[in-house]
This record gives sequence, structure tokens and C-alpha cells, in this order.
Amino acid sequence: MNIPDHEKGVFGKFLESDFVYAFKKSPVAIISFLVVILLIIAALFAAFIAPTNPFEPASLNLMNGFTPPMAANQYTGETFFLGTDDQGRDLFSAILYGLRVSLFVGVSAVGLAMTIGVTLGLVAGYMGGWVDTLIMRIADIQVTFPSILIAMLIFGVSRGLIAPDLRDELAIAVLIVAIGLSEWVQFARTVRGTTMVEKEKEYVLAGRMIGLGRIQIMAKHIFPNVLGPILVISTITLALAIIAEATLSFLGVGAPPTEPSLGTLIRIGQNYIFSGEWWILLFPSITLLSLALSVNLLGDWLRDTLNPRLK
Amino acid sequence: MVYIVLHRLVQTVVVLLLVALVSFSIFRFVGDPVDNLLGQEATVADRQALTERLGLDDSIPEQYLRFVGNALSGDFGVSYRTAEPVAALIAERLPATLELALVSAVMAIVLGIVFGIYTAINRRGFLTHFLMWGSLIGVSLPTFLIGVLLIWVFAVELGWLPSFGRGETVQIGFWRTGLLTSSGLQSIILPAIMLGLYQMTLIMRLVRSQMLEVLRQDFIRFTRARGLPERSVNFGHALKNTLVPVITVAGLQLGSIIAFAIITETVFQWPGVGLMFINAVYFVDIPVMSAYLLLVGTLFVLINLVVDLLYFAIDPRIRDGQLKGHSQ
Repeated sequence: MNIPDHEKGVFGKFLESDFVYAFKKSPVAIISFLVVILLIIAALFAAFIAPTNPFEPASLNLMNGFTPPMAANQYTGETFFLGTDDQGRDLFSAILYGLRVSLFVGVSAVGLAMTIGVTLGLVAGYMGGWVDTLIMRIADIQVTFPSILIAMLIFGVSRGLIAPDLRDELAIAVLIVAIGLSEWVQFARTVRGTTMVEKEKEYVLAGRMIGLGRIQIMAKHIFPNVLGPILVISTITLALAIIAEATLSFLGVGAPPTEPSLGTLIRIGQNYIFSGEWWILLFPSITLLSLALSVNLLGDWLRDTLNPRLK
Repeated sequence: MVYIVLHRLVQTVVVLLLVALVSFSIFRFVGDPVDNLLGQEATVADRQALTERLGLDDSIPEQYLRFVGNALSGDFGVSYRTAEPVAALIAERLPATLELALVSAVMAIVLGIVFGIYTAINRRGFLTHFLMWGSLIGVSLPTFLIGVLLIWVFAVELGWLPSFGRGETVQIGFWRTGLLTSSGLQSIILPAIMLGLYQMTLIMRLVRSQMLEVLRQDFIRFTRARGLPERSVNFGHALKNTLVPVITVAGLQLGSIIAFAIITETVFQWPGVGLMFINAVYFVDIPVMSAYLLLVGTLFVLINLVVDLLYFAIDPRIRDGQLKGHSQ
């Protein structure tokens, strides 16, 4: 309380900022933040939390197939927290590993989209002229089409370019590229707008006066000033990317069977609702939903708090 | 005015040629067409003959022009997987997709407007709260989960409606329709709900917020003061002023409906072009992918053009504003 400002350190100042104050005042933000953190931890430590390794064929017992949640299997007597799927795989473990794939693809895709979008946005905003026109026209044309369609198309074309025996191995990478390339426009548009405002300011002029190069001015001086909006867009795009990944995997054109994501698990579960094995569908769906929803809510909250104008 | 329309038309043609260029590049450069069509046992002479017949020796611009020309005359090449002409595949499956898109678009627009008006007029009713919360959940759920959920509840648990396919169809000329048989009508309900739900909530929220805004304005207060019945105030005066943005949004959403039909068609095994596209992606059937891109791309660009032009036609303020901007 009475510690002078200069002794608080960066973290202390952060804890007293308006941002943290607003966070503490918002139950929605706190809850969704906790859910996201919980799911990220669960995904990171999947190997330690999961009771079994769902991808170790030796540990699977087909007799355990279709065990309902919390009930003993009628042949082996084993009990599984969330039940098992058709192969006798523990669903809880499969969800943890699937969550890891979903989050990995989502975060990497957003990273890629951000890198492309921010670079093009900075270049377009700073250089202006025909470079700007060219980049923004491409962006205009791309947003005419829904991003999921573009992701599917990139996925299909990449499969065509890859040798058939490598397709499953590279599927995750292809998925990241496809989703990343389909989501860069929002980053580029926002960064371009902010850059156009920033480049007229005096510190940029000063930088040019002392002979700094264009790339240095863009990367070192303008870039830090566009970080706020980038954080907001990243979070919202992460929710979109997670849903896009799940959709593609659900349709069978995403994560390979050897590395199932939440979408793949839902695809498997969908086959068994007709025969009454509801848990194979329900639990992966709930996990995906809580992940997508809390990232989404967190993004909305960040947008309203950090930059009300983006609304 | 004429200048703007012409400018917009030229722009559209350029974008269409670009779409065609992308789809040509996929067609020509992803995988070797000769390998894919002939298989591995082909002799060098066979390969030479096919290369010549497909014109793969010509310059790239020449090939591109021929690609565009062929597409314009309805020739999209041959599917690598089934060896059928792609145009025939599309012609067979397009009616299914268009019927589905049409039914869900009509549903989304009609229900969206009705619910939008209702929630704007009865702001505190129970049904209003239900609809607003329902729409929030509907927007947050991934589309494919909504479909799976619909199948689970209405096809599996309740057993009311079929969970896949188009039901019985009737051939009328070149069009195979499912809208004339009772099993066909039953089959389209769930997919149409899945496909139209997002658009419906979007239109509902838009109509509601527009209505609320219009209802606050002076001319509405004046119509009330004139003693007009509530019905005539709401529908005769307020509604009319909310429809311009609704038309734009509804028009632009038509494109998304066609694109998201891919997901719906896969969930419900609906035999349309979307399912064909997903299978093409899965089996790397390049000509089908390229033709689908060209078809849907053209549709999107045309929808955008029509909506833009409609906007000019409907709202005189935009028309005049644009004109002034140009004369300066």
C-alpha cells in the first residue's frame, strides 16, 4: 500500500493497473479466464494427468469398448471416468490428448495469421501507394469468401502437392497453414489503420531524420504501438481457429486418425448416437464448447476493456 | 450513376478473372493431369497423345484462356476419381444444394424478421428473453455441433425426422426435386434448420435493433399522436424503415449459406455440391475442387455485385453521396 512507486516493479504496477481492476470486476472474464487456463494446463500435462495413453495400441483392450461413464465394464470389470469409445480407449485420456491437438493447431494458426497479417499491415500502412493498394485489394477479395471455405481449399490443394504417403504425417502442419492463411485479413486491416495514424506522428519523423531505415522504423517503433489491438484480435481469432479446426476435423479433412483432435473425437462419437452410446459424442463436444466459448468471451471482454473503439 | 455502375461491373469482371486464374492454377499445377488421368501403366506414346490432346504443351496464357473459354461453355474437365465429366457431376448435384439453400434462406429471413419484430415490440416478454438467449447460444455453437444435436434429439431420441439423405425425389426436366414428396419435405427440415439458424439469429438481432431505433424516432411518435392503431404504426411505418439493411445482410448471407452448406451436407449426407467438394478435398480430386471454386466464387462475386447495385437502387442517400464524391 505505502510502498513508493519506484519500488513496486513491473508486476506490482501491473497489479494496480486499470486493466487488472476491470478484470477483478468482471465475473465473466474471471470465469472464462479460469476455464481457459484450466484447459491449457490439462492439455500441456495430458501425459501426466491421463490415466492411459490412448495412442498406445498395446494398452487398448477391445473388450473394454463402449463402457459407459463411471460404470464397470461387463467383461473386464474396469471402470472409466468418462467411459470408453468403440476401441476401448479411455475417453477422458482421449479428450486430454485431443484438446492438446486442438489447442496446438489453434495457437499455431493464430501465430501464423498474426505474423502474415501484421507484416503485411505494417508494410501496407507505412509504404502506402501501389503496395498498399495491392495488399488491401487481395484482402478485400479474400474476405468476400468465408474463411472456412478458404481453409478447406488450401487444405485440399496442399494435399494435392504432398506425396500420398506423407499426407497423414503432415496433416497437422497443413491444417495450421490452411487456417492461418484464412485468418490474416483482420490483422492486416487493423494494423494498417493504426500504422497510417502512427506514421504521421513526430517520433516516426524523428526516426527518419536520424536516418533509420524503413524496416527498423516499422519493426522497432511502430510495431509496439499496435500491440493492443493485436492482442484483442488474436484472442477472438483463436476462438475462430479452434472452431475451424474442429469443423475441418469433424468433416474428415483435418487432423489424421493417428492424432485425433476434439473435432475428430466428435466425428467418431456422431456414429454412435444411433446405438445409444451418447457419452462418446457428449464429452468431447462439451470440452470443445467450453474451450471455444470461454476464449470467445475472454476476447469480447478484452476488446471492450482495451479498446472500446474496435467494437 | 452510370459511371459507378460501369466501374463496379469492370471490377467484377477483373475479380472473376482472378478467381478463374486461381482455379486454373489449381487445375493445371497441383498434381500432374496426365499422371492422374492415365495411371502408371501408360506408355510414353499415350502420355504424348494426351498431353497434346489436353493442349498442355501450349503456353500458359493460352491454356488459361482456353480454360476460361471451356468453363464459359460448361466444360470443367474430367473427375480424376470417377472419370465422369465434372459438369455432369455438378448438374446432377446442384439442384439438391440450391433447394436446401433456398429453403433455409427463406426460413432464416421469414423467421428472422418475425422474431425480430416480436422481440422489438414486446421487449420484456418471456418469449423475448427466451429468443435472445437462444440466439446467443445459437451463435456461439459451432454449426456442425448444432447439426449433430438436431440429429440426436429429433432423429434418434424422438424419431420424428430422417437423419440423412434427401428422401424420395421427383425428376422434372433437368431438375431433380425433393420438395414434392412428403419424405423429401421431411428430410429437408433438419438440414434447413441447421443451415439457416445462424442467419436467422443474425437477421433477428438486426431487425430488432433497427426496429428499436426507428420506434424511438419522431415520425413514429407523430403517427401515434395521429391516433393510428398500434398495428399500423409497427408494420406500416416502422417496419418499412428497417428493411434496407436487412436486404443487404440477407443478400450477403446467401453466399455464406452456399459455403456452409458444405458442413450441413456432410452432417446429413445430403447429395449436393458441398458433399461433392468435401469428397474431392479428401480424395484430392483436383478438377472437381477447381470447378467448385470457380462455381462458388462466381456466385459470391455476383451476389456481392447485385447487393451493391440494390443498395444504390434502394437508398437515394448513398446514390447522391457517391455522385457528389465523384464530381469533386
